[in-house]
Amino acid sequence: MPTPLVVSNVAKSFTMHLRDGIKLPVVADVSFSIRAGECTVLGGPSGAGKSSILKMLYGNYAVDEGQIIVTHDGGLIDLATAGPRTVLAVRRQTIGYVSQFLRTVPRVSALDVVAEPLVERGEERESARSKARDLLARLNLPEKLWALPPATFSGGEQQRVNIARGFITGHPILLLDEPTASLDAKNRDVVIELIAAKKASDVALLGIFHDQDVREAVADRVIDVTAFAPGKIAA
Amino acid sequence: MTDIATYNFAYLDEQTKRMIRRAILKGIAIPGYQVPFASREMPMPYGWGTGGVQVTASIIGPDDVLKVIDQGADDTTNAVSIRAFFRKVANVAVTTDTASATIIQTRHRIPEHPLAAGQVLVYQVPIPEPLRFLEPRETETRKMHALEEYGLMHVKLYEDIARHGRIATTYAYPVKVEGRYVMDPSPTPKFDNPKMNHSPALQLFGAGREKRIYALPPFTEVVSLDFEDHPFEVQTFDQPCALCAAKNVYLDEVILDDHGDHMFVCSDTDYCEKRRGDGHRGHLAPETDLAPETHSAPGNMEPAQ
Amino acid sequence: MTDEPLLRVSALSKSYGSRVGCDNVTFDLWPGEVLAVVGESGSGKTTLLNCLSTRLLPSSGTASYRMRDGHFRELYRMSEAERRFLMRTDWGFVHQNPADGLRMTVSAGANVGERLMAVGDRHYGKIRATAVDWLSRVEIEEDRIDDEPRAFSGGMRQRLQIARNLVTGPRLVFMDEPTGGLDVSVQARLLDLLRGLVTDLGLAAIVVTHDLAVARLLSQRMMVMKDGRVVESGLTDRVLDDPRAPYTQLLVSSILQV
Repeated sequence: MPTPLVVSNVAKSFTMHLRDGIKLPVVADVSFSIRAGECTVLGGPSGAGKSSILKMLYGNYAVDEGQIIVTHDGGLIDLATAGPRTVLAVRRQTIGYVSQFLRTVPRVSALDVVAEPLVERGEERESARSKARDLLARLNLPEKLWALPPATFSGGEQQRVNIARGFITGHPILLLDEPTASLDAKNRDVVIELIAAKKASDVALLGIFHDQDVREAVADRVIDVTAFAPGKIAA
Repeated sequence: MTDIATYNFAYLDEQTKRMIRRAILKGIAIPGYQVPFASREMPMPYGWGTGGVQVTASIIGPDDVLKVIDQGADDTTNAVSIRAFFRKVANVAVTTDTASATIIQTRHRIPEHPLAAGQVLVYQVPIPEPLRFLEPRETETRKMHALEEYGLMHVKLYEDIARHGRIATTYAYPVKVEGRYVMDPSPTPKFDNPKMNHSPALQLFGAGREKRIYALPPFTEVVSLDFEDHPFEVQTFDQPCALCAAKNVYLDEVILDDHGDHMFVCSDTDYCEKRRGDGHRGHLAPETDLAPETHSAPGNMEPAQ
Repeated sequence: MTDEPLLRVSALSKSYGSRVGCDNVTFDLWPGEVLAVVGESGSGKTTLLNCLSTRLLPSSGTASYRMRDGHFRELYRMSEAERRFLMRTDWGFVHQNPADGLRMTVSAGANVGERLMAVGDRHYGKIRATAVDWLSRVEIEEDRIDDEPRAFSGGMRQRLQIARNLVTGPRLVFMDEPTGGLDVSVQARLLDLLRGLVTDLGLAAIVVTHDLAVARLLSQRMMVMKDGRVVESGLTDRVLDDPRAPYTQLLVSSILQV
């Protein structure tokens, strides 16, 4: 089975220059791979560095050491050292990301927020909007909200817009950072179905799910992040 | 000869005339380009033609015959006093007859009688910079001329059309000279613009206050700026001159009385008088004309003193 | 998509006597890319912008621009005529104060049409139709076309300035604090408009701002400047979410949360 993403010996720490330069190690020696058609789940308590790992894989956090090899555009790329332009291309074509919170843009409608990733990939705006409508309907977002900017939506509504935006594309790798955190049971089930559909179309998923039910419903494998705790390096 | 004309011919000292002639030669060499020169104080206020007078003083010789017009007229204060000035300081012959003049100094008109090779038309120019009203910085306008950046001129014409539905600029209508420099033709009516194009006469422009001289050598291409869908047009008049019945000439409106009665007459007084002398009569022309001696051909020539 | 940058900047420095304007700045800018340059007043970001847009000549270093014919030209070796031609065709410059970038005493339509006339358009009807189209794209009502920008609000003036710059279809736009001095709601509208135009037209842009929110919304990449030097650069969200340089951390931690 193809492994579109391989992580080897990645380490991350924060240096807090405003606090006398103290160094806060987050994770070290992170090594794993994810497989197409599977949902891999990062497990472990809060603060273990699950979110930081996802952010490094998306290029949102810098990587101190190690390699993140991703299959992109027919070749292999090390995201840990790739330049901004490459990272942007990987985000556009290869790695999708559903964050915990929606970053809203003034005056852009929910529908266009969802359609945007498709438009960026070169799809016609109208066909992208039509797909966005389908997804928002599936996630039970009231139709009267679609034309409004999501800034004033409730947490759950915003999260559904966010999920639709993440799931609309055909990225071969999809990172999920607690996508179901503020959803009710009905919409959680929709997300579980969406994840199953992604798996069926050979997408490699990597996620963080605090919700036990969801985790059990979607996880093919669980990686225990406590294994990457920085203290273990010396041991 | 009067004493004053022998002391310093044509008022200016020889070094100044040399300096101005150099500027004129440079202007002729680069048609439409504004040449800076060290304008002198003249015995008349700015706005009365100090630039034109300095140019005339620098090119005039004892054998020249000078005509001076102000808005086409030979008999207004400005024209009369400049003519008198040169009679006194250069002791030259003066005339009102366009054809027999060798130098014509003008404020705001080109004579109706076609100019001939060998004649020089000297314009009095108040503001030589056609870009000035749109771009107040001299450093910037000079750069725009140097780099041939003339989009701004069309902005002005665009504004005219946007506001008035047509190009409403009727005088000082900008022209492009030999496909290169955009030039202000001085506040002549745009009616006269076509006369500048390929004129056999040499045309010199002097701006005293602004200290600029520019020139159009004979047979220079002078094109009025316009838009494809709003082409350049000259003024037309509904009726002929009320005194001499001339058509296709530039007319001035003259108020006749306190009731607002008015008539349109030739702005070129010499031209109008000649036509009346030849027997042309407009609908308001008096039965008997001026005393015949004042317009006997070849014009009202006053010999040198 | 081409694999060559639009602008290549190498070791660019500008000093004013012994004072440093910007020091040893190197980067490439690709077509369609928006680069934010952030920093406080006096950090050298405006000096850098002025050097790049050839409004200032640098003390040392090079910048080359890929012309429409595909050839790179060294900006500081071009003649002034060539540079100015570039400025009014292939480039745009959006000033913080719209009065610096507009002709305040000619109509909005003429402000938009000026660049067209400057490159030789001589058909009034077509120029006006293009002006109408651009005014609508920047959300200015058509019936304001003959009004002078003096009669416009700050936000409208800024939008007009943008239309005036974009009418010739430039490939690179420089912006100096484009939302500075505007009310927050007006800022949001302008940012959204800019964001849409940049995406639709595939513009490359270099945006100088001290507002990190503006940088996040508009740019994919950013450079953080301090004392004339680039202290950190990279993907905009990476720099803002994982700032590494001490100064960037200070900047990011100083943002007021709402």
